[in-house]
Amino acid sequence: MSGLKQTPLVERHQQLGAKMVEFAGWYMPVQYKGIIVEHQTVRTIAGLFDLGHMGQLEIRGPDALAFLQYVTPNDVSRLSAGEAQYSMLLYPSGGVVDDILVYYHPSGDRYFVVVNAANTEKDVEWLQEQKERRSDFRVEVTDVSSRTGMLAIQGPMAETILQRLTPSDLSAVEYFHAIEAEVASVPAMVARTGYTGEDGFELYCAIESVIVLWDRLLEAGTPHGMLPIGLGARDTLRLEACLPLYGNELSPEITPLEAGLSWVVKFDKGDFIGREALLRQKSEGVPRKLVGFKMVERGGVPRSHCEVQVEGNTVGFVTSGTTSPTLRENIGLALISREYAGIGRPLDVVIRGRPVRAEQVKTPFYKRTR
Amino acid sequence: MVQVERGLRYTRTHEWVKVEGDIATVGVSDFAQSELGDITYLELPQPGTQVKQGEPMGVIESVKAASDIYSPVSGEVIEANQAIVDAPEKVNQSPYGEAWLVKIRLSDPAEVEKLMDAAAYEQFLAEEAAAHS
Repeated sequence: MSGLKQTPLVERHQQLGAKMVEFAGWYMPVQYKGIIVEHQTVRTIAGLFDLGHMGQLEIRGPDALAFLQYVTPNDVSRLSAGEAQYSMLLYPSGGVVDDILVYYHPSGDRYFVVVNAANTEKDVEWLQEQKERRSDFRVEVTDVSSRTGMLAIQGPMAETILQRLTPSDLSAVEYFHAIEAEVASVPAMVARTGYTGEDGFELYCAIESVIVLWDRLLEAGTPHGMLPIGLGARDTLRLEACLPLYGNELSPEITPLEAGLSWVVKFDKGDFIGREALLRQKSEGVPRKLVGFKMVERGGVPRSHCEVQVEGNTVGFVTSGTTSPTLRENIGLALISREYAGIGRPLDVVIRGRPVRAEQVKTPFYKRTR
Repeated sequence: MVQVERGLRYTRTHEWVKVEGDIATVGVSDFAQSELGDITYLELPQPGTQVKQGEPMGVIESVKAASDIYSPVSGEVIEANQAIVDAPEKVNQSPYGEAWLVKIRLSDPAEVEKLMDAAAYEQFLAEEAAAHS
Protein backbone atom coordinates (compact mmCIF):
# COMPACT_ATOMS: atom_id res chain seq x y z
CA MET A 1 0.00 0.00 0.00
CA SER A 2 2.87 2.32 -0.80
CA GLY A 3 2.12 5.82 -2.03
CA LEU A 4 -0.96 6.09 0.16
CA LYS A 5 -1.32 8.82 2.76
CA GLN A 6 -1.53 7.73 6.38
CA THR A 7 -2.90 9.33 9.51
CA PRO A 8 -0.73 9.32 12.66
CA LEU A 9 -3.01 6.55 13.98
CA VAL A 10 -2.16 3.90 11.39
CA GLU A 11 -0.18 1.77 13.87
CA ARG A 12 -2.96 2.03 16.42
CA HIS A 13 -5.42 0.70 13.84
CA GLN A 14 -3.14 -2.21 12.98
CA GLN A 15 -2.65 -3.05 16.67
CA LEU A 16 -6.43 -3.06 17.07
CA GLY A 17 -6.67 -5.65 14.29
CA ALA A 18 -8.15 -3.36 11.66
CA LYS A 19 -8.52 -4.43 8.08
CA MET A 20 -6.87 -1.59 6.17
CA VAL A 21 -7.91 -0.45 2.70
CA GLU A 22 -7.23 2.32 0.24
CA PHE A 23 -9.84 5.07 0.48
CA ALA A 24 -9.55 8.36 -1.45
CA GLY A 25 -5.76 8.00 -1.56
CA TRP A 26 -5.53 7.16 2.15
CA TYR A 27 -4.66 3.94 3.97
CA MET A 28 -7.61 3.67 6.33
CA PRO A 29 -9.35 1.09 8.55
CA VAL A 30 -12.47 -0.32 6.88
CA GLN A 31 -13.36 -2.46 9.88
CA TYR A 32 -11.94 -3.76 13.15
CA LYS A 33 -14.32 -6.38 14.59
CA GLY A 34 -16.87 -6.31 11.77
CA ILE A 35 -19.17 -3.80 10.14
CA ILE A 36 -22.39 -5.04 11.74
CA VAL A 37 -21.11 -5.17 15.33
CA GLU A 38 -19.43 -1.76 14.92
CA HIS A 39 -22.62 -0.32 13.44
CA GLN A 40 -24.77 -1.64 16.28
CA THR A 41 -22.28 -0.40 18.88
CA VAL A 42 -22.59 3.17 17.55
CA ARG A 43 -26.40 2.88 17.57
CA THR A 44 -26.51 1.55 21.16
CA ILE A 45 -23.35 2.71 22.97
CA ALA A 46 -20.68 4.74 21.16
CA GLY A 47 -17.92 4.45 18.59
CA LEU A 48 -14.62 6.21 17.96
CA PHE A 49 -13.59 7.21 14.42
CA ASP A 50 -10.26 8.34 12.99
CA LEU A 51 -11.23 10.94 10.40
CA GLY A 52 -7.69 12.05 9.65
CA HIS A 53 -8.35 11.68 5.93
CA MET A 54 -10.87 14.53 5.92
CA GLY A 55 -9.63 17.93 4.73
CA GLN A 56 -9.77 21.19 6.66
CA LEU A 57 -9.46 24.71 5.31
CA GLU A 58 -9.22 28.05 7.07
CA ILE A 59 -10.86 31.09 5.51
CA ARG A 60 -9.63 34.41 6.92
CA GLY A 61 -9.66 38.07 6.02
CA PRO A 62 -12.03 41.04 6.10
CA ASP A 63 -14.10 39.55 3.26
CA ALA A 64 -14.18 35.96 4.50
CA LEU A 65 -17.94 36.10 5.03
CA ALA A 66 -18.68 37.73 1.66
CA PHE A 67 -16.43 35.19 -0.07
CA LEU A 68 -18.13 32.21 1.59
CA GLN A 69 -21.54 33.69 0.76
CA TYR A 70 -20.46 33.77 -2.88
CA VAL A 71 -18.97 30.25 -3.08
CA THR A 72 -21.62 28.38 -1.03
CA PRO A 73 -25.42 28.19 -1.40
CA ASN A 74 -26.29 28.20 2.33
CA ASP A 75 -26.51 31.47 4.28
CA VAL A 76 -23.24 31.87 6.16
CA SER A 77 -24.40 35.21 7.63
CA ARG A 78 -26.73 33.23 9.90
CA LEU A 79 -23.75 31.71 11.73
CA SER A 80 -22.59 33.13 15.03
CA ALA A 81 -19.11 32.29 16.32
CA GLY A 82 -19.17 28.66 17.40
CA GLU A 83 -21.89 27.54 15.00
CA ALA A 84 -21.68 25.08 12.12
CA GLN A 85 -23.60 24.74 8.90
CA TYR A 86 -23.89 21.99 6.29
CA SER A 87 -23.23 23.43 2.85
CA MET A 88 -21.64 22.85 -0.53
CA LEU A 89 -19.39 24.24 -3.17
CA LEU A 90 -21.28 24.41 -6.47
CA TYR A 91 -20.33 24.78 -10.12
CA PRO A 92 -22.13 27.44 -12.16
CA SER A 93 -24.16 24.50 -13.59
CA GLY A 94 -25.57 23.81 -10.12
CA GLY A 95 -23.62 20.53 -9.93
CA VAL A 96 -21.63 19.88 -6.78
CA VAL A 97 -17.87 20.45 -6.36
CA ASP A 98 -18.07 19.09 -2.80
CA ASP A 99 -20.33 18.97 0.22
CA ILE A 100 -18.80 20.68 3.21
CA LEU A 101 -19.25 21.75 6.80
CA VAL A 102 -18.69 25.45 7.48
CA TYR A 103 -17.81 26.43 11.05
CA TYR A 104 -17.65 29.98 12.21
CA HIS A 105 -14.73 29.29 14.54
CA PRO A 106 -15.55 29.76 18.25
CA SER A 107 -12.73 32.34 18.40
CA GLY A 108 -14.70 34.46 15.90
CA ASP A 109 -11.57 35.26 13.88
CA ARG A 110 -11.98 32.80 11.01
CA TYR A 111 -14.12 30.25 9.25
CA PHE A 112 -13.13 26.60 9.33
CA VAL A 113 -14.32 24.40 6.50
CA VAL A 114 -14.29 20.60 6.55
CA VAL A 115 -14.19 18.92 3.16
CA ASN A 116 -14.10 15.38 1.76
CA ALA A 117 -10.73 13.62 1.62
CA ALA A 118 -10.94 12.89 -2.10
CA ASN A 119 -11.85 16.50 -2.87
CA THR A 120 -9.45 18.48 -0.69
CA GLU A 121 -7.03 19.48 -3.45
CA LYS A 122 -9.82 20.11 -5.95
CA ASP A 123 -11.66 22.32 -3.44
CA VAL A 124 -8.58 24.39 -2.62
CA GLU A 125 -7.90 24.94 -6.32
CA TRP A 126 -11.54 25.80 -6.93
CA LEU A 127 -11.59 28.32 -4.11
CA GLN A 128 -8.29 29.91 -5.24
CA GLU A 129 -9.72 30.24 -8.76
CA GLN A 130 -12.85 31.97 -7.52
CA LYS A 131 -10.74 34.27 -5.41
CA GLU A 132 -8.56 35.23 -8.38
CA ARG A 133 -11.59 35.74 -10.59
CA ARG A 134 -12.99 38.16 -8.03
CA SER A 135 -9.93 40.11 -6.91
CA ASP A 136 -12.10 42.39 -4.76
CA PHE A 137 -12.33 39.68 -2.10
CA ARG A 138 -9.73 40.28 0.60
CA VAL A 139 -9.59 36.72 1.80
CA GLU A 140 -7.04 34.03 2.49
CA VAL A 141 -7.73 30.33 1.94
CA THR A 142 -5.32 27.97 3.74
CA ASP A 143 -5.31 24.20 3.58
CA VAL A 144 -4.60 23.12 7.17
CA SER A 145 -5.38 19.42 6.64
CA SER A 146 -1.81 18.25 7.18
CA ARG A 147 -1.59 19.87 10.58
CA THR A 148 -5.10 19.03 11.77
CA GLY A 149 -6.17 15.83 13.48
CA MET A 150 -9.85 14.87 13.35
CA LEU A 151 -11.67 12.27 15.44
CA ALA A 152 -15.35 11.59 16.01
CA ILE A 153 -17.10 9.99 18.95
CA GLN A 154 -20.66 9.07 18.06
CA GLY A 155 -23.50 7.29 19.82
CA PRO A 156 -25.87 7.68 22.76
CA MET A 157 -22.99 7.40 25.29
CA ALA A 158 -20.70 9.83 23.42
CA GLU A 159 -21.38 12.80 25.71
CA THR A 160 -20.94 10.75 28.90
CA ILE A 161 -17.60 9.34 27.70
CA LEU A 162 -16.23 12.61 26.34
CA GLN A 163 -17.35 14.52 29.44
CA ARG A 164 -14.98 12.43 31.57
CA LEU A 165 -12.05 13.96 29.69
CA THR A 166 -12.97 17.65 29.67
CA PRO A 167 -13.82 20.32 32.25
CA SER A 168 -16.09 22.07 29.70
CA ASP A 169 -19.83 21.44 30.09
CA LEU A 170 -20.77 19.40 27.02
CA SER A 171 -24.48 19.37 27.84
CA ALA A 172 -24.43 23.09 27.00
CA VAL A 173 -23.13 22.43 23.48
CA GLU A 174 -26.13 22.32 21.16
CA TYR A 175 -26.42 20.38 17.92
CA PHE A 176 -24.26 21.97 15.20
CA HIS A 177 -22.44 24.13 17.75
CA ALA A 178 -18.75 24.02 18.63
CA ILE A 179 -16.58 25.11 21.54
CA GLU A 180 -12.87 25.36 22.23
CA ALA A 181 -12.08 22.94 25.02
CA GLU A 182 -9.29 20.95 26.59
CA VAL A 183 -9.89 17.24 26.11
CA ALA A 184 -7.41 15.05 28.00
CA SER A 185 -5.41 18.29 28.36
CA VAL A 186 -5.27 18.61 24.56
CA PRO A 187 -6.58 21.91 23.15
CA ALA A 188 -9.35 21.01 20.70
CA MET A 189 -12.38 22.29 18.91
CA VAL A 190 -15.30 20.13 19.98
CA ALA A 191 -18.37 20.21 17.75
CA ARG A 192 -21.71 18.49 18.23
CA THR A 193 -21.83 17.20 14.68
CA GLY A 194 -21.48 13.85 12.97
CA TYR A 195 -22.25 11.52 10.11
CA THR A 196 -24.01 8.61 11.78
CA GLY A 197 -27.54 9.69 12.67
CA GLU A 198 -26.61 9.52 16.37
CA ASP A 199 -25.77 12.19 18.90
CA GLY A 200 -22.05 12.77 19.11
CA PHE A 201 -19.06 14.97 18.61
CA GLU A 202 -16.34 15.69 16.10
CA LEU A 203 -13.00 16.82 17.52
CA TYR A 204 -10.27 18.80 15.83
CA CYS A 205 -6.80 19.17 17.30
CA ALA A 206 -3.17 19.71 16.35
CA ILE A 207 -1.97 16.67 14.41
CA GLU A 208 0.77 16.05 17.04
CA SER A 209 -1.92 15.52 19.69
CA VAL A 210 -4.22 13.15 17.84
CA ILE A 211 -2.59 9.95 19.15
CA VAL A 212 -2.92 10.95 22.79
CA LEU A 213 -6.50 12.10 22.18
CA TRP A 214 -7.37 8.78 20.51
CA ASP A 215 -5.74 6.76 23.31
CA ARG A 216 -7.49 8.67 26.08
CA LEU A 217 -10.88 8.50 24.34
CA LEU A 218 -10.51 4.77 23.78
CA GLU A 219 -9.51 4.27 27.44
CA ALA A 220 -12.48 6.30 28.63
CA GLY A 221 -14.97 4.57 26.32
CA THR A 222 -13.86 0.95 26.46
CA PRO A 223 -15.37 0.28 29.92
CA HIS A 224 -18.73 1.40 28.49
CA GLY A 225 -18.39 -0.96 25.53
CA MET A 226 -17.31 1.67 23.02
CA LEU A 227 -15.44 0.34 19.96
CA PRO A 228 -13.23 1.86 17.28
CA ILE A 229 -15.25 2.11 14.06
CA GLY A 230 -14.04 1.72 10.50
CA LEU A 231 -15.16 3.29 7.27
CA GLY A 232 -17.44 0.32 6.51
CA ALA A 233 -19.78 1.04 9.41
CA ARG A 234 -19.40 4.78 8.85
CA ASP A 235 -21.00 4.18 5.44
CA THR A 236 -23.86 1.96 6.67
CA LEU A 237 -24.58 4.39 9.53
CA ARG A 238 -24.75 7.43 7.27
CA LEU A 239 -26.85 5.57 4.69
CA GLU A 240 -29.47 4.48 7.24
CA ALA A 241 -29.66 8.13 8.31
CA CYS A 242 -29.81 9.21 4.61
CA LEU A 243 -26.81 11.52 4.92
CA PRO A 244 -25.43 12.07 1.41
CA LEU A 245 -22.01 10.83 0.33
CA TYR A 246 -20.11 12.83 -2.28
CA GLY A 247 -19.51 10.67 -5.36
CA ASN A 248 -22.74 8.76 -4.68
CA GLU A 249 -25.67 11.06 -3.92
CA LEU A 250 -23.80 14.23 -4.94
CA SER A 251 -21.56 14.86 -7.94
CA PRO A 252 -20.86 17.44 -10.64
CA GLU A 253 -23.84 15.90 -12.51
CA ILE A 254 -26.29 15.99 -9.59
CA THR A 255 -27.68 19.22 -8.14
CA PRO A 256 -28.64 19.69 -4.48
CA LEU A 257 -32.27 20.13 -5.58
CA GLU A 258 -32.25 16.67 -7.18
CA ALA A 259 -30.57 15.21 -4.11
CA GLY A 260 -33.40 16.46 -1.90
CA LEU A 261 -31.16 19.05 -0.27
CA SER A 262 -33.02 22.20 -1.34
CA TRP A 263 -32.92 23.34 2.30
CA VAL A 264 -29.21 24.00 1.79
CA VAL A 265 -29.93 26.44 -1.05
CA LYS A 266 -30.93 29.90 0.17
CA PHE A 267 -32.01 31.71 -3.00
CA ASP A 268 -32.91 34.87 -1.05
CA LYS A 269 -29.47 35.47 0.46
CA GLY A 270 -27.97 37.16 -2.63
CA ASP A 271 -25.75 35.97 -5.45
CA PHE A 272 -23.76 32.75 -5.24
CA ILE A 273 -22.15 30.40 -7.73
CA GLY A 274 -24.79 28.08 -9.17
CA ARG A 275 -27.75 30.25 -8.18
CA GLU A 276 -28.95 31.01 -11.71
CA ALA A 277 -28.85 27.39 -12.84
CA LEU A 278 -30.63 26.20 -9.71
CA LEU A 279 -33.31 28.89 -10.01
CA ARG A 280 -33.91 27.76 -13.58
CA GLN A 281 -34.07 24.13 -12.51
CA LYS A 282 -36.50 25.02 -9.75
CA SER A 283 -38.84 26.96 -12.04
CA GLU A 284 -38.70 24.37 -14.83
CA GLY A 285 -39.21 21.53 -12.38
CA VAL A 286 -36.48 19.28 -11.01
CA PRO A 287 -36.18 16.36 -13.46
CA ARG A 288 -34.87 13.73 -11.04
CA LYS A 289 -35.51 12.87 -7.42
CA LEU A 290 -33.49 10.96 -4.84
CA VAL A 291 -35.71 8.28 -3.31
CA GLY A 292 -35.26 5.64 -0.64
CA PHE A 293 -36.19 2.03 -1.36
CA LYS A 294 -36.07 -1.40 0.20
CA MET A 295 -35.80 -4.67 -1.68
CA VAL A 296 -38.99 -6.72 -1.40
CA GLU A 297 -37.73 -9.68 -3.44
CA ARG A 298 -34.69 -11.91 -2.88
CA GLY A 299 -31.97 -11.33 -5.45
CA GLY A 300 -29.05 -9.62 -3.77
CA VAL A 301 -27.84 -6.41 -2.25
CA PRO A 302 -28.37 -3.20 -4.26
CA ARG A 303 -25.09 -1.34 -4.90
CA SER A 304 -24.24 2.08 -6.32
CA HIS A 305 -24.55 2.29 -10.12
CA CYS A 306 -27.14 -0.52 -10.32
CA GLU A 307 -29.69 0.40 -12.97
CA VAL A 308 -33.25 1.13 -11.82
CA GLN A 309 -36.20 0.18 -14.03
CA VAL A 310 -39.96 0.56 -14.09
CA GLU A 311 -41.78 -1.87 -16.40
CA GLY A 312 -38.53 -2.67 -18.16
CA ASN A 313 -37.56 0.95 -18.88
CA THR A 314 -34.51 2.58 -17.31
CA VAL A 315 -35.64 5.36 -14.98
CA GLY A 316 -32.46 5.98 -12.98
CA PHE A 317 -29.72 4.39 -10.93
CA VAL A 318 -28.85 3.39 -7.40
CA THR A 319 -26.59 5.94 -5.67
CA SER A 320 -25.94 3.86 -2.51
CA GLY A 321 -27.13 0.50 -1.26
CA THR A 322 -26.39 -1.98 1.48
CA THR A 323 -27.80 -4.50 3.89
CA SER A 324 -29.07 -2.32 6.73
CA PRO A 325 -27.70 -3.67 10.01
CA THR A 326 -30.51 -1.98 11.95
CA LEU A 327 -33.43 -3.02 9.72
CA ARG A 328 -31.86 -6.28 8.52
CA GLU A 329 -33.20 -5.46 5.07
CA ASN A 330 -31.56 -4.53 1.81
CA ILE A 331 -31.98 -0.80 1.34
CA GLY A 332 -30.75 1.94 -0.93
CA LEU A 333 -31.09 5.39 -2.39
CA ALA A 334 -31.76 5.91 -6.09
CA LEU A 335 -31.83 8.93 -8.34
CA ILE A 336 -34.85 8.45 -10.62
CA SER A 337 -37.04 10.42 -13.04
CA ARG A 338 -39.43 12.43 -10.96
CA GLU A 339 -42.61 10.95 -12.44
CA TYR A 340 -41.80 7.51 -10.97
CA ALA A 341 -41.12 8.78 -7.46
CA GLY A 342 -43.60 8.12 -4.68
CA ILE A 343 -43.65 6.25 -1.39
CA GLY A 344 -45.04 2.75 -1.89
CA ARG A 345 -44.46 2.76 -5.65
CA PRO A 346 -42.43 -0.11 -7.15
CA LEU A 347 -38.98 -0.03 -8.72
CA ASP A 348 -36.87 -2.83 -10.16
CA VAL A 349 -33.19 -2.77 -9.27
CA VAL A 350 -31.04 -4.64 -11.80
CA ILE A 351 -28.68 -6.86 -9.80
CA ARG A 352 -26.32 -9.08 -11.84
CA GLY A 353 -28.48 -8.53 -14.92
CA ARG A 354 -31.77 -9.45 -13.26
CA PRO A 355 -34.49 -6.92 -12.28
CA VAL A 356 -35.25 -7.44 -8.61
CA ARG A 357 -38.36 -5.87 -7.09
CA ALA A 358 -38.03 -2.97 -4.65
CA GLU A 359 -40.50 -0.59 -3.08
CA GLN A 360 -40.01 3.10 -2.35
CA VAL A 361 -40.12 3.89 1.35
CA LYS A 362 -40.03 6.94 3.58
CA THR A 363 -36.60 8.31 4.42
CA PRO A 364 -34.53 8.37 6.53
CA PHE A 365 -34.42 4.61 7.05
CA TYR A 366 -33.33 5.23 10.64
CA LYS A 367 -34.04 8.11 12.97
CA ARG A 368 -32.92 8.12 16.58
CA THR A 369 -35.73 8.33 19.09
CA ARG A 370 -34.35 10.99 21.37
CA MET B 1 -4.89 -15.68 11.95
CA VAL B 2 -7.12 -17.37 9.37
CA GLN B 3 -7.72 -21.10 9.68
CA VAL B 4 -6.84 -23.55 6.91
CA GLU B 5 -8.55 -26.86 7.61
CA ARG B 6 -6.45 -29.97 7.01
CA GLY B 7 -7.68 -32.66 4.65
CA LEU B 8 -9.50 -30.29 2.31
CA ARG B 9 -8.54 -29.10 -1.16
CA TYR B 10 -8.56 -25.39 -2.01
CA THR B 11 -8.90 -23.12 -5.04
CA ARG B 12 -7.08 -19.88 -5.78
CA THR B 13 -10.51 -18.21 -5.51
CA HIS B 14 -10.79 -19.46 -1.89
CA GLU B 15 -13.34 -22.24 -2.15
CA TRP B 16 -12.72 -25.54 -0.36
CA VAL B 17 -13.80 -29.00 -1.35
CA LYS B 18 -14.02 -32.23 0.60
CA VAL B 19 -14.28 -35.41 -1.44
CA GLU B 20 -16.02 -38.56 -0.19
CA GLY B 21 -16.39 -41.20 -2.92
CA ASP B 22 -17.73 -39.37 -5.97
CA ILE B 23 -19.39 -36.62 -3.90
CA ALA B 24 -17.68 -33.27 -3.29
CA THR B 25 -18.85 -30.98 -0.51
CA VAL B 26 -17.98 -27.34 -1.28
CA GLY B 27 -17.67 -24.22 0.84
CA VAL B 28 -15.64 -21.02 1.08
CA SER B 29 -12.48 -20.73 3.15
CA ASP B 30 -12.00 -18.91 6.43
CA PHE B 31 -9.85 -16.43 4.51
CA ALA B 32 -12.73 -15.76 2.09
CA GLN B 33 -15.27 -15.10 4.84
CA SER B 34 -12.79 -12.92 6.71
CA GLU B 35 -12.03 -10.84 3.60
CA LEU B 36 -15.72 -10.39 2.79
CA GLY B 37 -16.75 -9.48 6.32
CA ASP B 38 -20.36 -9.81 7.50
CA ILE B 39 -22.04 -12.09 4.97
CA THR B 40 -25.68 -11.25 4.35
CA TYR B 41 -26.70 -12.99 1.12
CA LEU B 42 -26.03 -16.24 -0.75
CA GLU B 43 -27.19 -17.44 -4.13
CA LEU B 44 -26.52 -21.13 -4.74
CA PRO B 45 -27.15 -23.35 -7.78
CA GLN B 46 -30.26 -25.54 -7.66
CA PRO B 47 -29.92 -29.33 -7.46
CA GLY B 48 -29.65 -30.69 -11.00
CA THR B 49 -27.47 -27.80 -12.21
CA GLN B 50 -24.37 -28.85 -14.14
CA VAL B 51 -21.30 -26.92 -12.97
CA LYS B 52 -17.79 -26.71 -14.42
CA GLN B 53 -14.50 -26.39 -12.60
CA GLY B 54 -13.42 -22.73 -12.33
CA GLU B 55 -16.73 -21.27 -13.50
CA PRO B 56 -19.10 -19.13 -11.40
CA MET B 57 -21.86 -21.15 -9.77
CA GLY B 58 -23.19 -18.74 -7.16
CA VAL B 59 -22.88 -15.41 -5.42
CA ILE B 60 -21.86 -14.43 -1.91
CA GLU B 61 -22.49 -10.92 -0.63
CA SER B 62 -21.41 -9.12 2.50
CA VAL B 63 -22.41 -5.70 3.79
CA LYS B 64 -19.59 -4.17 1.76
CA ALA B 65 -19.12 -6.32 -1.35
CA ALA B 66 -20.41 -8.99 -3.71
CA SER B 67 -18.30 -11.86 -4.96
CA ASP B 68 -18.80 -14.85 -7.27
CA ILE B 69 -18.48 -18.38 -5.95
CA TYR B 70 -16.53 -20.56 -8.41
CA SER B 71 -17.09 -24.26 -8.67
CA PRO B 72 -13.91 -26.09 -7.61
CA VAL B 73 -14.95 -29.19 -9.57
CA SER B 74 -17.17 -30.23 -12.49
CA GLY B 75 -20.33 -32.27 -12.06
CA GLU B 76 -23.96 -32.12 -11.06
CA VAL B 77 -25.20 -30.26 -8.01
CA ILE B 78 -27.10 -32.80 -5.92
CA GLU B 79 -27.83 -30.63 -2.87
CA ALA B 80 -27.71 -26.96 -1.88
CA ASN B 81 -27.56 -26.01 1.80
CA GLN B 82 -30.87 -24.18 2.25
CA ALA B 83 -30.21 -23.63 5.96
CA ILE B 84 -27.19 -21.49 5.09
CA VAL B 85 -29.12 -19.48 2.49
CA ASP B 86 -31.54 -18.58 5.28
CA ALA B 87 -28.73 -17.78 7.75
CA PRO B 88 -25.74 -16.59 5.67
CA GLU B 89 -23.97 -15.20 8.76
CA LYS B 90 -23.09 -18.84 9.58
CA VAL B 91 -20.49 -18.64 6.79
CA ASN B 92 -18.63 -16.18 9.02
CA GLN B 93 -19.02 -18.37 12.09
CA SER B 94 -18.31 -21.84 10.70
CA PRO B 95 -16.92 -21.76 7.16
CA TYR B 96 -15.63 -25.36 7.25
CA GLY B 97 -18.46 -26.86 9.27
CA GLU B 98 -22.13 -26.00 9.24
CA ALA B 99 -21.64 -23.55 6.39
CA TRP B 100 -20.99 -25.95 3.53
CA LEU B 101 -22.71 -24.61 0.43
CA VAL B 102 -23.37 -27.39 -2.10
CA LYS B 103 -22.70 -31.06 -2.76
CA ILE B 104 -21.61 -31.98 -6.27
CA ARG B 105 -21.46 -35.42 -7.93
CA LEU B 106 -18.05 -35.40 -9.61
CA SER B 107 -17.96 -35.97 -13.34
CA ASP B 108 -14.13 -36.02 -13.40
CA PRO B 109 -12.57 -37.01 -10.06
CA ALA B 110 -9.07 -36.39 -11.47
CA GLU B 111 -9.81 -32.64 -11.40
CA VAL B 112 -9.49 -32.66 -7.61
CA GLU B 113 -5.76 -33.33 -8.00
CA LYS B 114 -5.35 -29.93 -9.68
CA LEU B 115 -6.46 -28.19 -6.46
CA MET B 116 -4.16 -27.13 -3.65
CA ASP B 117 -3.89 -29.13 -0.46
CA ALA B 118 -3.89 -27.31 2.91
CA ALA B 119 -0.13 -26.74 2.94
CA ALA B 120 -0.10 -25.38 -0.61
CA TYR B 121 -3.07 -23.13 0.15
CA GLU B 122 -1.36 -21.75 3.26
CA GLN B 123 1.67 -21.00 1.12
CA PHE B 124 -0.59 -19.35 -1.48
CA LEU B 125 -2.20 -17.14 1.20
CA ALA B 126 1.22 -16.11 2.50
CA GLU B 127 2.36 -15.16 -1.00
CA GLU B 128 -0.83 -13.20 -1.63
CA ALA B 129 -0.39 -11.32 1.65
CA ALA B 130 3.21 -10.49 0.78
CA ALA B 131 2.20 -9.23 -2.66
CA HIS B 132 -0.33 -6.84 -1.14
CA SER B 133 1.76 -5.35 1.64
